[in-house]
Amino acid sequence: MINVTNLRKTYGDFTAVNNISFEVQKGEIFGFLGPNGAGKTSTINMMIGLSRPTAGEIFINGIDVRKQTKKAQSIMGIVADESNLYNEMDGFENLCFCAALYGMEKDEREVKARHLLEEFGLKDAAKRSFKAYSKGMKRKLTIAAALIHSPEILFLDEPTTGIDVESSRQIRKRIKALKEQGTTVFLTTHYIEEAERLCDRIAFIAKGQIVASGTVTELMDSVSHGHVIRFVTSKFAENLTAELQSNFEGSIATIQSDNTMIMKSEERIPLLPVMNFLHDKGIDVYEATELRPSLEDVFVKLTGIESSVLKRDEKKGGRK
Amino acid sequence: MRSRIAFWNILKKDIKNYYLKPPNISWGIIFPLSWTLMQLIRSPGENVLKLLPGLMAMSVLFGTTSMLAVTITFERSGRSFERLLLAPISINVLVLAKIAGTVLFGIFNAFVPIIFASFFKDLRGVNFGIILPTVFMIAVSSALMGLLIAVSAKQVFEAQTFSNFFRFPMLFLCGLFVPISDLPVFLRPISYLLPLTYGADILKGAVTGVNTLSPTLSFGMLILFSVVLFLISRHNINRKWIL
Repeated sequence: MINVTNLRKTYGDFTAVNNISFEVQKGEIFGFLGPNGAGKTSTINMMIGLSRPTAGEIFINGIDVRKQTKKAQSIMGIVADESNLYNEMDGFENLCFCAALYGMEKDEREVKARHLLEEFGLKDAAKRSFKAYSKGMKRKLTIAAALIHSPEILFLDEPTTGIDVESSRQIRKRIKALKEQGTTVFLTTHYIEEAERLCDRIAFIAKGQIVASGTVTELMDSVSHGHVIRFVTSKFAENLTAELQSNFEGSIATIQSDNTMIMKSEERIPLLPVMNFLHDKGIDVYEATELRPSLEDVFVKLTGIESSVLKRDEKKGGRK
Repeated sequence: MRSRIAFWNILKKDIKNYYLKPPNISWGIIFPLSWTLMQLIRSPGENVLKLLPGLMAMSVLFGTTSMLAVTITFERSGRSFERLLLAPISINVLVLAKIAGTVLFGIFNAFVPIIFASFFKDLRGVNFGIILPTVFMIAVSSALMGLLIAVSAKQVFEAQTFSNFFRFPMLFLCGLFVPISDLPVFLRPISYLLPLTYGADILKGAVTGVNTLSPTLSFGMLILFSVVLFLISRHNINRKWIL
Protein backbone atom coordinates (compact mmCIF):
# COMPACT_ATOMS: atom_id res chain seq x y z
CA MET A 1 0.00 0.00 0.00
CA ILE A 2 2.81 2.42 0.93
CA ASN A 3 6.35 2.17 -0.41
CA VAL A 4 8.87 4.73 0.76
CA THR A 5 12.40 4.52 -0.60
CA ASN A 6 15.43 6.55 0.47
CA LEU A 7 13.31 9.46 1.60
CA ARG A 8 15.23 12.53 2.64
CA LYS A 9 14.27 16.04 3.71
CA THR A 10 16.64 18.85 4.49
CA TYR A 11 16.00 22.44 5.54
CA GLY A 12 19.23 24.28 4.79
CA ASP A 13 21.93 22.52 6.80
CA PHE A 14 19.44 20.66 8.96
CA THR A 15 18.45 17.13 7.94
CA ALA A 16 14.95 16.39 9.25
CA VAL A 17 14.58 13.00 7.53
CA ASN A 18 17.67 11.06 6.58
CA ASN A 19 17.34 8.43 3.89
CA ILE A 20 14.52 6.33 5.31
CA SER A 21 12.82 3.40 3.59
CA PHE A 22 9.83 1.35 4.68
CA GLU A 23 6.72 -0.42 3.43
CA VAL A 24 3.21 -0.56 4.84
CA GLN A 25 0.91 -3.42 3.85
CA LYS A 26 -2.77 -2.98 3.01
CA GLY A 27 -5.00 -3.14 6.09
CA GLU A 28 -2.08 -2.72 8.46
CA ILE A 29 -1.65 -0.21 11.31
CA PHE A 30 1.90 1.06 11.02
CA GLY A 31 3.31 3.41 13.64
CA PHE A 32 6.21 5.81 13.80
CA LEU A 33 7.40 6.07 17.39
CA GLY A 34 9.86 8.75 18.38
CA PRO A 35 10.34 11.90 20.41
CA ASN A 36 9.43 15.40 19.20
CA GLY A 37 11.81 16.52 16.48
CA ALA A 38 12.63 12.95 15.42
CA GLY A 39 11.26 13.52 11.89
CA LYS A 40 7.80 11.99 12.26
CA THR A 41 5.78 15.00 11.06
CA SER A 42 8.32 15.82 8.33
CA THR A 43 7.89 12.27 6.99
CA ILE A 44 4.09 12.35 7.15
CA ASN A 45 4.01 15.78 5.48
CA MET A 46 6.02 14.45 2.54
CA MET A 47 3.75 11.40 2.29
CA ILE A 48 0.57 13.50 2.16
CA GLY A 49 1.96 16.05 -0.29
CA LEU A 50 2.27 19.01 2.06
CA SER A 51 6.03 19.05 1.78
CA ARG A 52 8.41 18.18 -1.06
CA PRO A 53 11.02 15.49 -0.47
CA THR A 54 14.62 16.55 -1.03
CA ALA A 55 15.23 13.03 -2.37
CA GLY A 56 13.56 9.65 -2.46
CA GLU A 57 10.33 8.11 -3.64
CA ILE A 58 6.87 7.69 -2.14
CA PHE A 59 4.30 5.42 -3.74
CA ILE A 60 0.83 5.04 -2.28
CA ASN A 61 -1.30 2.33 -3.83
CA GLY A 62 0.99 2.49 -6.87
CA ILE A 63 0.57 6.27 -7.21
CA ASP A 64 3.74 8.34 -7.24
CA VAL A 65 2.96 11.01 -4.63
CA ARG A 66 5.59 13.39 -6.03
CA LYS A 67 4.15 13.32 -9.54
CA GLN A 68 0.44 12.69 -8.95
CA THR A 69 -0.09 14.40 -5.62
CA LYS A 70 -3.78 15.22 -6.11
CA LYS A 71 -4.62 11.69 -7.27
CA ALA A 72 -2.86 10.28 -4.20
CA GLN A 73 -4.62 12.76 -1.92
CA SER A 74 -8.02 11.58 -3.18
CA ILE A 75 -7.52 8.18 -1.48
CA MET A 76 -6.06 9.61 1.74
CA GLY A 77 -7.68 10.72 4.96
CA ILE A 78 -5.43 13.13 6.80
CA VAL A 79 -5.45 14.09 10.48
CA ALA A 80 -2.89 16.77 11.28
CA ASP A 81 -1.20 17.01 14.68
CA GLU A 82 -3.63 19.85 15.51
CA SER A 83 -7.42 19.78 15.31
CA ASN A 84 -7.65 22.14 12.36
CA LEU A 85 -11.33 22.43 11.50
CA TYR A 86 -13.20 25.72 11.15
CA ASN A 87 -14.07 27.42 14.45
CA GLU A 88 -16.89 29.41 12.83
CA MET A 89 -18.74 26.30 11.67
CA ASP A 90 -20.62 23.68 13.70
CA GLY A 91 -19.72 19.99 13.74
CA PHE A 92 -22.17 19.00 11.01
CA GLU A 93 -21.15 21.88 8.72
CA ASN A 94 -17.48 21.08 9.17
CA LEU A 95 -17.98 17.47 8.11
CA CYS A 96 -20.16 18.46 5.14
CA PHE A 97 -17.58 21.03 4.02
CA CYS A 98 -14.75 18.50 4.19
CA ALA A 99 -16.87 16.05 2.18
CA ALA A 100 -17.47 18.74 -0.46
CA LEU A 101 -13.72 19.19 -0.87
CA TYR A 102 -13.65 15.56 -2.06
CA GLY A 103 -16.49 16.21 -4.52
CA MET A 104 -19.25 14.44 -2.60
CA GLU A 105 -22.80 15.42 -3.51
CA LYS A 106 -24.99 17.20 -0.92
CA ASP A 107 -27.26 14.24 -0.04
CA GLU A 108 -24.36 11.83 0.22
CA ARG A 109 -22.27 14.12 2.41
CA GLU A 110 -25.14 14.88 4.78
CA VAL A 111 -25.92 11.18 5.27
CA LYS A 112 -22.24 10.38 5.87
CA ALA A 113 -21.80 13.35 8.23
CA ARG A 114 -24.76 12.28 10.38
CA HIS A 115 -23.49 8.71 10.45
CA LEU A 116 -19.99 9.78 11.55
CA LEU A 117 -21.30 12.16 14.21
CA GLU A 118 -23.26 9.26 15.67
CA GLU A 119 -20.33 6.86 15.40
CA PHE A 120 -17.98 9.25 17.21
CA GLY A 121 -20.54 10.07 19.90
CA LEU A 122 -20.88 13.68 18.74
CA LYS A 123 -24.53 13.60 17.62
CA ASP A 124 -25.65 15.91 20.42
CA ALA A 125 -22.89 18.39 19.56
CA ALA A 126 -23.66 18.40 15.82
CA LYS A 127 -25.06 21.93 15.85
CA ARG A 128 -22.52 23.30 18.31
CA SER A 129 -19.79 25.56 17.00
CA PHE A 130 -16.40 23.81 16.69
CA LYS A 131 -14.75 26.40 18.92
CA ALA A 132 -17.08 25.33 21.76
CA TYR A 133 -15.93 21.70 21.57
CA SER A 134 -13.61 20.22 24.21
CA LYS A 135 -10.12 19.13 23.07
CA GLY A 136 -11.21 15.49 22.94
CA MET A 137 -14.34 16.32 20.92
CA LYS A 138 -12.31 18.46 18.53
CA ARG A 139 -9.91 15.58 17.97
CA LYS A 140 -12.74 13.13 17.33
CA LEU A 141 -14.43 15.47 14.87
CA THR A 142 -11.10 16.03 13.09
CA ILE A 143 -10.70 12.27 12.68
CA ALA A 144 -14.32 11.98 11.53
CA ALA A 145 -13.62 14.69 8.93
CA ALA A 146 -10.71 12.65 7.61
CA LEU A 147 -12.99 9.63 7.19
CA ILE A 148 -15.87 11.45 5.49
CA HIS A 149 -14.85 10.32 1.99
CA SER A 150 -14.08 6.72 3.09
CA PRO A 151 -10.34 6.88 2.36
CA GLU A 152 -8.31 3.75 1.65
CA ILE A 153 -5.50 5.01 3.85
CA LEU A 154 -5.64 7.16 6.95
CA PHE A 155 -2.71 9.28 8.13
CA LEU A 156 -2.84 10.25 11.79
CA ASP A 157 -0.23 12.60 13.20
CA GLU A 158 -0.20 12.26 16.99
CA PRO A 159 -3.89 11.27 17.16
CA THR A 160 -4.28 11.33 20.94
CA THR A 161 -1.80 14.02 21.99
CA GLY A 162 -3.20 16.46 24.52
CA ILE A 163 -6.61 14.88 25.02
CA ASP A 164 -8.35 13.16 27.92
CA VAL A 165 -8.02 9.45 28.65
CA GLU A 166 -11.59 8.56 27.68
CA SER A 167 -11.39 10.31 24.30
CA SER A 168 -8.01 8.63 23.66
CA ARG A 169 -9.55 5.26 24.41
CA GLN A 170 -12.46 5.93 22.04
CA ILE A 171 -10.10 7.05 19.30
CA ARG A 172 -7.92 3.95 19.67
CA LYS A 173 -11.03 1.76 19.53
CA ARG A 174 -12.14 3.53 16.36
CA ILE A 175 -8.70 3.10 14.76
CA LYS A 176 -8.83 -0.63 15.47
CA ALA A 177 -12.32 -0.82 13.95
CA LEU A 178 -11.00 0.91 10.82
CA LYS A 179 -8.32 -1.73 10.45
CA GLU A 180 -10.99 -4.43 10.67
CA GLN A 181 -12.84 -2.66 7.84
CA GLY A 182 -9.69 -2.88 5.71
CA THR A 183 -8.41 0.70 6.04
CA THR A 184 -4.64 1.07 6.13
CA VAL A 185 -3.51 3.32 8.97
CA PHE A 186 -0.21 5.18 9.24
CA LEU A 187 0.22 6.95 12.54
CA THR A 188 2.90 8.82 14.41
CA THR A 189 3.06 8.93 18.18
CA HIS A 190 5.39 9.53 21.06
CA TYR A 191 3.29 7.35 23.38
CA ILE A 192 4.97 3.96 23.71
CA GLU A 193 1.87 2.25 25.08
CA GLU A 194 -0.25 3.64 22.26
CA ALA A 195 2.13 2.23 19.64
CA GLU A 196 2.20 -1.10 21.46
CA ARG A 197 -1.58 -1.35 21.80
CA LEU A 198 -2.50 -0.20 18.30
CA CYS A 199 0.19 -0.99 15.79
CA ASP A 200 0.77 -4.18 13.85
CA ARG A 201 4.26 -2.91 13.13
CA ILE A 202 6.29 -0.08 14.61
CA ALA A 203 9.27 1.87 13.36
CA PHE A 204 11.47 3.61 15.94
CA ILE A 205 12.55 6.95 14.53
CA ALA A 206 15.27 9.13 15.99
CA LYS A 207 17.22 12.02 14.48
CA GLY A 208 15.49 11.50 11.13
CA GLN A 209 16.44 7.85 10.82
CA ILE A 210 14.58 4.58 11.31
CA VAL A 211 16.55 2.79 14.01
CA ALA A 212 14.49 -0.42 14.00
CA SER A 213 11.15 -1.66 12.75
CA GLY A 214 8.97 -4.73 13.12
CA THR A 215 6.15 -6.18 15.16
CA VAL A 216 6.25 -5.64 18.93
CA THR A 217 7.47 -9.25 19.35
CA GLU A 218 10.17 -8.85 16.71
CA LEU A 219 11.40 -5.64 18.30
CA MET A 220 11.50 -7.24 21.73
CA ASP A 221 13.29 -10.32 20.42
CA SER A 222 15.85 -8.10 18.71
CA VAL A 223 17.23 -6.97 22.07
CA SER A 224 16.23 -9.88 24.29
CA HIS A 225 19.16 -12.23 24.76
CA GLY A 226 18.49 -15.28 26.90
CA HIS A 227 15.80 -15.96 29.42
CA VAL A 228 15.22 -14.40 32.82
CA ILE A 229 12.99 -15.94 35.51
CA ARG A 230 12.06 -14.32 38.77
CA PHE A 231 11.13 -16.64 41.64
CA VAL A 232 9.23 -15.52 44.72
CA THR A 233 10.25 -17.83 47.56
CA SER A 234 9.09 -18.56 51.12
CA LYS A 235 12.36 -17.37 52.63
CA PHE A 236 15.68 -15.77 51.82
CA ALA A 237 17.75 -18.32 49.88
CA GLU A 238 20.97 -17.07 51.40
CA ASN A 239 24.30 -18.61 50.27
CA LEU A 240 22.69 -20.76 47.55
CA THR A 241 24.09 -18.83 44.61
CA ALA A 242 27.13 -21.01 43.91
CA GLU A 243 25.21 -24.24 44.46
CA LEU A 244 22.42 -23.13 42.09
CA GLN A 245 24.89 -22.16 39.38
CA SER A 246 26.75 -25.48 39.62
CA ASN A 247 23.51 -27.48 39.55
CA PHE A 248 22.05 -25.51 36.66
CA GLU A 249 24.95 -25.08 34.30
CA GLY A 250 24.98 -21.94 32.19
CA SER A 251 22.68 -20.02 34.48
CA ILE A 252 23.44 -17.02 36.66
CA ALA A 253 21.54 -16.72 39.90
CA THR A 254 21.01 -13.54 41.87
CA ILE A 255 19.51 -13.98 45.32
CA GLN A 256 17.76 -10.96 46.75
CA SER A 257 16.96 -10.27 50.37
CA ASP A 258 13.24 -9.63 49.63
CA ASN A 259 12.69 -13.39 49.17
CA THR A 260 13.13 -13.19 45.42
CA MET A 261 15.65 -14.83 43.18
CA ILE A 262 16.52 -14.03 39.56
CA MET A 263 17.92 -16.73 37.26
CA LYS A 264 19.35 -15.84 33.85
CA SER A 265 20.32 -18.31 31.16
CA GLU A 266 20.88 -18.42 27.39
CA GLU A 267 18.72 -21.58 27.27
CA ARG A 268 15.19 -21.93 28.58
CA ILE A 269 15.18 -22.69 32.33
CA PRO A 270 13.18 -25.78 33.34
CA LEU A 271 11.09 -24.80 36.37
CA LEU A 272 10.49 -28.12 38.10
CA PRO A 273 14.19 -28.99 38.80
CA VAL A 274 14.74 -25.52 40.24
CA MET A 275 11.65 -25.81 42.42
CA ASN A 276 12.67 -29.31 43.59
CA PHE A 277 16.18 -28.06 44.36
CA LEU A 278 14.81 -25.24 46.47
CA HIS A 279 12.23 -27.53 48.10
CA ASP A 280 15.05 -29.87 49.18
CA LYS A 281 16.65 -26.85 50.87
CA GLY A 282 13.43 -26.14 52.74
CA ILE A 283 12.38 -23.25 50.52
CA ASP A 284 8.99 -23.17 48.76
CA VAL A 285 8.41 -21.37 45.48
CA TYR A 286 5.25 -19.27 45.42
CA GLU A 287 5.62 -17.65 42.04
CA ALA A 288 7.81 -17.93 38.94
CA THR A 289 7.59 -15.23 36.25
CA GLU A 290 9.46 -14.94 32.98
CA LEU A 291 10.77 -11.37 32.71
CA ARG A 292 10.72 -9.88 29.21
CA PRO A 293 11.93 -6.40 28.32
CA SER A 294 9.14 -3.85 27.85
CA LEU A 295 8.80 -1.97 24.58
CA GLU A 296 10.10 1.02 26.50
CA ASP A 297 13.28 -0.91 27.39
CA VAL A 298 13.66 -1.93 23.75
CA PHE A 299 13.15 1.65 22.58
CA VAL A 300 15.76 2.98 25.01
CA LYS A 301 18.25 0.26 24.06
CA LEU A 302 17.81 0.66 20.29
CA THR A 303 17.55 4.43 20.02
CA GLY A 304 19.75 5.47 22.92
CA ILE A 305 16.97 7.92 23.84
CA GLU A 306 15.84 7.74 27.46
CA SER A 307 12.12 7.12 27.82
CA SER A 308 12.01 10.24 30.01
CA VAL A 309 12.40 12.24 26.78
CA LEU A 310 9.17 10.72 25.44
CA LYS A 311 7.46 11.27 28.79
CA ARG A 312 8.55 14.92 28.68
CA ASP A 313 6.99 15.16 25.20
CA GLU A 314 3.79 13.67 26.64
CA LYS A 315 3.68 16.44 29.21
CA LYS A 316 4.31 19.04 26.53
CA GLY A 317 1.41 17.51 24.61
CA GLY A 318 -0.76 18.38 27.59
CA ARG A 319 -2.15 14.92 28.14
CA LYS A 320 -4.56 14.80 31.05
CA MET B 1 -17.56 17.78 -11.18
CA ARG B 2 -15.44 17.33 -8.04
CA SER B 3 -13.80 20.72 -8.61
CA ARG B 4 -17.17 22.42 -9.19
CA ILE B 5 -18.54 21.10 -5.88
CA ALA B 6 -15.34 22.08 -4.02
CA PHE B 7 -15.25 25.55 -5.64
CA TRP B 8 -18.86 26.30 -4.77
CA ASN B 9 -18.51 25.10 -1.19
CA ILE B 10 -15.29 27.05 -0.52
CA LEU B 11 -17.02 30.17 -1.88
CA LYS B 12 -20.16 29.51 0.20
CA LYS B 13 -18.09 28.92 3.35
CA ASP B 14 -16.09 32.14 2.89
CA ILE B 15 -19.20 34.23 2.25
CA LYS B 16 -20.98 32.79 5.30
CA ASN B 17 -17.97 32.74 7.65
CA TYR B 18 -16.36 36.04 6.70
CA TYR B 19 -18.12 38.35 4.26
CA LEU B 20 -21.62 38.16 5.74
CA LYS B 21 -20.43 38.74 9.29
CA PRO B 22 -21.89 42.01 10.67
CA PRO B 23 -18.49 43.72 11.21
CA ASN B 24 -17.51 43.12 7.59
CA ILE B 25 -20.85 44.17 6.15
CA SER B 26 -20.82 47.33 8.24
CA TRP B 27 -17.17 47.99 7.27
CA GLY B 28 -18.09 47.43 3.61
CA ILE B 29 -20.80 50.08 3.90
CA ILE B 30 -19.28 52.55 6.36
CA PHE B 31 -15.84 52.78 4.76
CA PRO B 32 -16.97 53.82 1.24
CA LEU B 33 -19.77 55.91 2.71
CA SER B 34 -17.47 57.92 4.98
CA TRP B 35 -14.97 58.51 2.15
CA THR B 36 -17.80 59.66 -0.09
CA LEU B 37 -19.10 62.02 2.58
CA MET B 38 -15.61 63.30 3.31
CA GLN B 39 -15.00 64.14 -0.35
CA LEU B 40 -18.39 65.84 -0.70
CA ILE B 41 -17.85 67.94 2.42
CA ARG B 42 -14.28 68.80 1.35
CA SER B 43 -15.41 70.01 -2.11
CA PRO B 44 -19.05 71.05 -1.78
CA GLY B 45 -19.20 72.74 -5.14
CA GLU B 46 -17.56 69.88 -7.03
CA ASN B 47 -19.53 67.64 -9.29
CA VAL B 48 -20.34 64.36 -7.51
CA LEU B 49 -19.82 62.51 -10.79
CA LYS B 50 -16.17 63.60 -10.88
CA LEU B 51 -15.55 62.00 -7.47
CA LEU B 52 -17.51 58.81 -8.12
CA PRO B 53 -14.94 56.82 -10.19
CA GLY B 54 -12.20 57.41 -7.60
CA LEU B 55 -14.49 56.49 -4.72
CA MET B 56 -15.63 53.31 -6.45
CA ALA B 57 -12.10 52.23 -7.34
CA MET B 58 -10.87 52.94 -3.83
CA SER B 59 -13.76 51.04 -2.24
CA VAL B 60 -13.04 47.96 -4.35
CA LEU B 61 -9.30 48.17 -3.66
CA PHE B 62 -9.66 48.43 0.12
CA GLY B 63 -12.49 45.90 0.38
CA THR B 64 -10.77 43.17 -1.60
CA THR B 65 -7.14 43.49 -0.53
CA SER B 66 -7.87 43.67 3.17
CA MET B 67 -10.43 40.87 3.24
CA LEU B 68 -8.51 38.26 1.27
CA ALA B 69 -5.15 38.90 2.90
CA VAL B 70 -6.69 38.77 6.36
CA THR B 71 -8.96 35.72 5.86
CA ILE B 72 -6.23 33.61 4.27
CA THR B 73 -3.65 34.56 6.90
CA PHE B 74 -6.25 33.82 9.58
CA GLU B 75 -6.96 30.36 8.12
CA ARG B 76 -3.25 29.70 7.71
CA SER B 77 -2.46 30.55 11.32
CA GLY B 78 -5.25 28.19 12.50
CA ARG B 79 -4.00 25.60 9.98
CA SER B 80 -7.49 25.10 8.53
CA PHE B 81 -6.04 26.30 5.22
CA GLU B 82 -4.06 23.03 5.09
CA ARG B 83 -7.38 21.27 4.43
CA LEU B 84 -7.70 23.17 1.16
CA LEU B 85 -4.09 22.46 0.18
CA LEU B 86 -4.55 18.75 0.92
CA ALA B 87 -7.89 18.41 -0.88
CA PRO B 88 -7.77 16.71 -4.29
CA ILE B 89 -8.42 19.99 -6.12
CA SER B 90 -5.92 21.93 -8.22
CA ILE B 91 -4.23 25.09 -6.96
CA ASN B 92 -6.04 26.94 -9.79
CA VAL B 93 -9.46 25.95 -8.43
CA LEU B 94 -8.34 26.78 -4.90
CA VAL B 95 -7.11 30.27 -5.88
CA LEU B 96 -10.23 31.01 -7.92
CA ALA B 97 -12.52 29.84 -5.12
CA LYS B 98 -10.71 31.93 -2.52
CA ILE B 99 -10.76 35.11 -4.62
CA ALA B 100 -14.38 34.63 -5.78
CA GLY B 101 -15.86 35.66 -2.41
CA THR B 102 -13.56 38.66 -2.21
CA VAL B 103 -14.48 39.75 -5.73
CA LEU B 104 -18.18 39.68 -4.83
CA PHE B 105 -17.43 41.66 -1.66
CA GLY B 106 -15.45 44.19 -3.72
CA ILE B 107 -18.33 44.61 -6.17
CA PHE B 108 -20.70 45.18 -3.26
CA ASN B 109 -18.27 47.82 -1.90
CA ALA B 110 -18.13 49.59 -5.28
CA PHE B 111 -21.87 50.08 -5.43
CA VAL B 112 -22.14 51.79 -2.03
CA PRO B 113 -20.84 55.16 -3.42
CA ILE B 114 -23.08 54.76 -6.48
CA ILE B 115 -26.17 54.27 -4.34
CA PHE B 116 -25.15 57.20 -2.14
CA ALA B 117 -24.42 59.43 -5.14
CA SER B 118 -27.81 58.60 -6.65
CA PHE B 119 -29.40 60.71 -3.88
CA PHE B 120 -27.49 63.79 -5.09
CA LYS B 121 -27.22 63.33 -8.81
CA ASP B 122 -29.10 61.91 -11.76
CA LEU B 123 -27.06 58.84 -12.80
CA ARG B 124 -28.92 58.06 -16.00
CA GLY B 125 -25.94 59.19 -18.06
CA VAL B 126 -23.62 56.67 -16.40
CA ASN B 127 -22.71 53.70 -18.58
CA PHE B 128 -23.40 50.76 -16.23
CA GLY B 129 -22.69 48.31 -19.06
CA ILE B 130 -19.02 49.34 -18.77
CA ILE B 131 -18.98 49.93 -15.03
CA LEU B 132 -19.94 46.37 -14.09
CA PRO B 133 -17.16 44.54 -16.01
CA THR B 134 -14.64 47.21 -14.95
CA VAL B 135 -15.52 46.90 -11.27
CA PHE B 136 -15.29 43.13 -11.71
CA MET B 137 -11.80 43.37 -13.25
CA ILE B 138 -10.58 45.84 -10.60
CA ALA B 139 -11.91 43.47 -7.94
CA VAL B 140 -10.13 40.48 -9.54
CA SER B 141 -6.77 42.25 -9.85
CA SER B 142 -7.03 43.73 -6.34
CA ALA B 143 -8.04 40.36 -4.85
CA LEU B 144 -5.00 38.77 -6.49
CA MET B 145 -2.81 41.50 -4.99
CA GLY B 146 -4.38 40.61 -1.64
CA LEU B 147 -3.49 36.98 -2.30
CA LEU B 148 0.12 37.94 -3.04
CA ILE B 149 0.23 39.74 0.29
CA ALA B 150 -1.35 36.74 2.05
CA VAL B 151 1.32 34.41 0.67
CA SER B 152 4.04 36.62 2.16
CA ALA B 153 2.40 37.25 5.54
CA LYS B 154 2.46 34.83 8.47
CA GLN B 155 0.26 36.80 10.86
CA VAL B 156 -2.91 38.85 10.38
CA PHE B 157 -1.16 42.07 11.51
CA GLU B 158 1.58 41.47 8.91
CA ALA B 159 -1.06 41.09 6.20
CA GLN B 160 -2.67 44.36 7.28
CA THR B 161 0.69 46.16 7.32
CA PHE B 162 1.67 44.87 3.88
CA SER B 163 -1.78 45.76 2.50
CA ASN B 164 -1.50 49.35 3.71
CA PHE B 165 2.00 49.62 2.30
CA PHE B 166 0.53 48.99 -1.16
CA ARG B 167 -2.90 50.54 -0.88
CA PHE B 168 -2.32 54.03 0.42
CA PRO B 169 0.30 55.00 -2.20
CA MET B 170 -2.10 53.66 -4.84
CA LEU B 171 -4.73 56.22 -3.80
CA PHE B 172 -2.39 58.94 -5.05
CA LEU B 173 -0.55 57.13 -7.80
CA CYS B 174 -3.50 55.69 -9.73
CA GLY B 175 -5.29 58.92 -10.58
CA LEU B 176 -8.27 58.31 -8.30
CA PHE B 177 -8.47 61.85 -6.93
CA VAL B 178 -5.34 63.51 -8.34
CA PRO B 179 -4.91 63.29 -12.13
CA ILE B 180 -1.76 61.40 -13.14
CA SER B 181 -0.75 64.41 -15.24
CA ASP B 182 -0.52 66.45 -12.00
CA LEU B 183 1.94 64.01 -10.41
CA PRO B 184 5.71 64.70 -10.47
CA VAL B 185 7.18 63.34 -13.69
CA PHE B 186 9.32 60.72 -11.93
CA LEU B 187 6.23 59.17 -10.31
CA ARG B 188 4.17 58.84 -13.49
CA PRO B 189 5.82 55.62 -14.79
CA ILE B 190 4.96 53.96 -11.47
CA SER B 191 1.30 54.85 -12.02
CA TYR B 192 1.24 52.86 -15.23
CA LEU B 193 2.68 49.81 -13.46
CA LEU B 194 -0.39 49.63 -11.23
CA PRO B 195 -3.60 47.92 -12.45
CA LEU B 196 -5.86 50.33 -10.59
CA THR B 197 -4.72 53.18 -12.88
CA TYR B 198 -6.35 51.43 -15.85
CA GLY B 199 -9.50 50.47 -13.93
CA ALA B 200 -9.99 54.00 -12.59
CA ASP B 201 -9.55 55.44 -16.08
CA ILE B 202 -12.27 53.21 -17.56
CA LEU B 203 -14.59 54.15 -14.68
CA LYS B 204 -13.95 57.85 -15.35
CA GLY B 205 -14.94 57.34 -18.96
CA ALA B 206 -18.08 55.43 -17.99
CA VAL B 207 -19.19 58.08 -15.47
CA THR B 208 -18.00 61.40 -16.98
CA GLY B 209 -17.40 60.37 -20.60
CA VAL B 210 -13.72 61.46 -20.44
CA ASN B 211 -10.94 58.87 -20.69
CA THR B 212 -7.18 59.47 -20.64
CA LEU B 213 -6.39 56.06 -22.12
CA SER B 214 -8.17 53.88 -24.63
CA PRO B 215 -10.78 51.73 -22.76
CA THR B 216 -9.77 48.72 -24.87
CA LEU B 217 -6.12 49.16 -23.87
CA SER B 218 -7.13 49.61 -20.22
CA PHE B 219 -9.28 46.45 -20.25
CA GLY B 220 -6.41 44.59 -21.88
CA MET B 221 -4.01 45.84 -19.21
CA LEU B 222 -6.41 44.81 -16.41
CA ILE B 223 -6.69 41.32 -17.91
CA LEU B 224 -2.92 41.14 -18.36
CA PHE B 225 -2.27 42.24 -14.76
CA SER B 226 -4.83 39.70 -13.49
CA VAL B 227 -3.26 36.83 -15.44
CA VAL B 228 0.27 37.77 -14.30
CA LEU B 229 -0.83 38.18 -10.66
CA PHE B 230 -2.69 34.86 -10.85
CA LEU B 231 0.40 33.06 -12.17
CA ILE B 232 2.69 34.67 -9.57
CA SER B 233 0.24 33.80 -6.76
CA ARG B 234 0.01 30.19 -7.95
CA HIS B 235 3.79 29.95 -8.18
CA ASN B 236 4.25 31.48 -4.72
CA ILE B 237 1.66 29.17 -3.15
CA ASN B 238 3.46 26.17 -4.63
CA ARG B 239 6.82 27.46 -3.46
CA LYS B 240 5.96 28.86 -0.05
CA TRP B 241 3.05 26.78 1.20
CA ILE B 242 4.11 23.35 -0.05
CA LEU B 243 7.53 23.33 1.55
